[in-house]
Amino acid sequence: MLHSTVQASHHDADHGHEKGAMAITGFWIYLMTDCLIFATLFATFGVLSHATAGGPTAGSLFDLNYVGLETLLLLLSSFTFGLAISGLSNEKKTSVIFWLFVTFLLGASFIWMEIHEFVHLIAENAGPDRSAFLSAYFGLVGTHGIHVTLGLLWLAVIIHQVLHFGLDATIQRRLACLSLFWHFLDLVWVCVFSIVYLGGVL
Amino acid sequence: MMFGKLTLDAIPLEQPIIVWTFAAVAILGCAILGLVSYYGKWKYLWSEWITSVDHKKIGVMYIIFALIMLLRGFADAIMMRLQQSLASAGSPGYLPPHHYDQIFTAHGTIMIFFMATPFILGLMNFVVPLQIGARDVAYPFLNSLSFWLTVMGGTLVMMSLFVGDFAAVGWVAYPPLSELGYSPTVGVDYYIWALQLSGLGTTISGINFLMTILKMRAPGMTLMKMPVFTWTALITNILIVAIFPVLTATLALLTADRYLGMHFFTNELGGNAMMYINLIWVWGHPEVYVLILPAFGVFSEVVATFSGKPLFGYKSMVYATSAIGVMSFFVWLHHFFTMGSGANVNAFFGIMTTLISIPTGVKLFNWLFTMYRGRVRYHSSMLWSIGFMATFAFGGMTGVMLAIPGVDFLVHNSLFLVAHFHNVIIGGTVFGVLAGMTFWFPKVFGFALNEKWGKIAFWFWFSGYWLAWTPMYVLGFKGMTRRLNHFNQPDWQPYLTVALIGACLIAVGIVAILIQIAVSIRDRKANADVTGDPWGGRSLEWSLPSPVPFYNFARIPTITSLEQHWDDKINGVTAPENVHYEDIHMPRNTATGFVISVFALVLCFSLVWHMWIPAIIGFVGAIVSFIVRTYNTDVDYYVPAEEVAEIESRHASVVAGGQI
Repeated sequence: MLHSTVQASHHDADHGHEKGAMAITGFWIYLMTDCLIFATLFATFGVLSHATAGGPTAGSLFDLNYVGLETLLLLLSSFTFGLAISGLSNEKKTSVIFWLFVTFLLGASFIWMEIHEFVHLIAENAGPDRSAFLSAYFGLVGTHGIHVTLGLLWLAVIIHQVLHFGLDATIQRRLACLSLFWHFLDLVWVCVFSIVYLGGVL
Repeated sequence: MMFGKLTLDAIPLEQPIIVWTFAAVAILGCAILGLVSYYGKWKYLWSEWITSVDHKKIGVMYIIFALIMLLRGFADAIMMRLQQSLASAGSPGYLPPHHYDQIFTAHGTIMIFFMATPFILGLMNFVVPLQIGARDVAYPFLNSLSFWLTVMGGTLVMMSLFVGDFAAVGWVAYPPLSELGYSPTVGVDYYIWALQLSGLGTTISGINFLMTILKMRAPGMTLMKMPVFTWTALITNILIVAIFPVLTATLALLTADRYLGMHFFTNELGGNAMMYINLIWVWGHPEVYVLILPAFGVFSEVVATFSGKPLFGYKSMVYATSAIGVMSFFVWLHHFFTMGSGANVNAFFGIMTTLISIPTGVKLFNWLFTMYRGRVRYHSSMLWSIGFMATFAFGGMTGVMLAIPGVDFLVHNSLFLVAHFHNVIIGGTVFGVLAGMTFWFPKVFGFALNEKWGKIAFWFWFSGYWLAWTPMYVLGFKGMTRRLNHFNQPDWQPYLTVALIGACLIAVGIVAILIQIAVSIRDRKANADVTGDPWGGRSLEWSLPSPVPFYNFARIPTITSLEQHWDDKINGVTAPENVHYEDIHMPRNTATGFVISVFALVLCFSLVWHMWIPAIIGFVGAIVSFIVRTYNTDVDYYVPAEEVAEIESRHASVVAGGQI
């Protein structure tokens, strides 16, 4: 059988757009499934937040200034991702890459701060095995951290792909999905900050 | 780091049953590998099946996988029946408790996750795109990935039989029993990672089919012009997307307890085991509707076709399905009425559970009214459907009994409960998927299944079902609890012996299905389906040739009515003579789904045994394979219009030849 390979000019007009819309809607549904994972973890945290088993409580552990700085970094990274997307709509490749890189740095700083906080807690004998409350805390915040880390990996790959492929339809689609993912994680963090940290300390 | 807890002692050489099973599996496996090599079919298998992204082939592979797992799950079942019928009067029977506990856990886990769910997904894979006039699913590559992840989950369960042990905690693995302190072996870890693999596969499938149904319907097919099977598939996939993440999260928390010493569900340091029980049933109850709704869809198609009438009450069927979908989220607590929620909470969930039987009853009457004054043909798929109506109605009623908290306090955790859920799962899902397999088989392979053996299979299954489970209801009333290994109660023995005979009849039914498939392949010329419409079908898939060409629809049809194909036949609408075909855009096959799944299997097996280095290899391998895939731009191609024209005209001449 003789099949012609798809030529970009042949199908971008009809399929490219349709495929892009399909991928983005599907990615929304994926985000909803992820949202349910976080919902489960928040519910767990709600149930266990007072089960400190005689160990340290939220009020004695969390430093709001430190977490506030973390939050600032992540919120800022969402803003810089927005700038990258704005560069995309102007088809400015260097601007896209620059802002993605800034986003990566901000996200990586956030993760670095989070790991630092975790190490500090474990050193203070407030690790995840200390009490159900701390298990729920590490479970929820850690899951968010793993998501951000995967987002960083994705960012690194997409930066390379923008350099490699340029801003074609596929890359635009992937950037749109990653942007959704990144903002979604920001939103989850806002809930983490409000419920876990503010709710715990105040 | 390299081998973790894995030593040669993990292979249970001291248990003769397992050693003999292993020998049998090894010989059979070598025989199959030998045959494939002898006939030189490796390349064919690899390029046409393993790497295929064709939804029809993936559907067939799902069903083959489900049938294999049915054999394994049923072997467990008949071992349990034999054990209980032997061990009722002080005798220990032939299965030691720890082995018996693994068997009932494996039976439940396999039948739900690796038999029923893949069978349903297989039918949806094959049928849904054909019913909505699509050429494939929304994400063909992810479809292949879903399938292989599910297979690897099943593989992990099978490996636990020969390397180490399986969970001995029941199929939903309640803590604190499933915690490290009470289940120190790798059994629960096998359970967790097998379910995570298949659960991930099912979630991806759910997203895939949701998008396929919402976005890829042929022009003109509004939601209320969708065939009922597709409707049930839509609701099922909404449920999948809504519940499987909860399962993933819950199992991850149990994993954290077992691997990292956390305290989500432990007895110590503030853990809360009831939270696990709530979460697992928030997933678990909608899951039973994931299994039953598509079966309802199959029955709707079969009953309408073999009664020669449109389905009675199409709209009420759609609303009933949707209502069940919504209500399924408000009944989970009836799985543990006795665990201290209090009278008011129990009353709410009892009432909700009773209410959910109303839309189900609506459906039953719809099928009966469809048959009323129809020209009913007793094809074997119709026998499965009628058998289902009787069996399921009975199981539904015992379910309503269990929904009353007061009754539940008497019979909870007894064989009455076990009889009830087998009543609805066998009588509903299993009969449904077998009806569906018989119904769509000619569409898949181009020849029908042998009717004689189909009917033999049905009657053995049906009578075996009633013989096996009616005594269980009685035993439940007599106070026999589930999962007993041995007991000193001689007057239970006659009932258990009848149940064993029933299980043996079902075994004959299963063998009859295997013979049916073998005989049908032998007689495939005689049973060939040349018209593509062997039963007088009503929905779009029957307008296609059998077997369906790889691109499904040469031209995407425009839909004007609910029963498009039937109306076209009635109105004498035929394909125009000189149609103009266009190039067809198709996805290329890819090995990535298979490769990622193999790495995922390496990862999960290594995690079970705490083999950290292989685990890292598996994890990195899976991620890198995925990234490599994103650099491949040659993922699709066009089938030239001339080739489409040639395939279509070849089919037309076969049909013409068949009619002469």
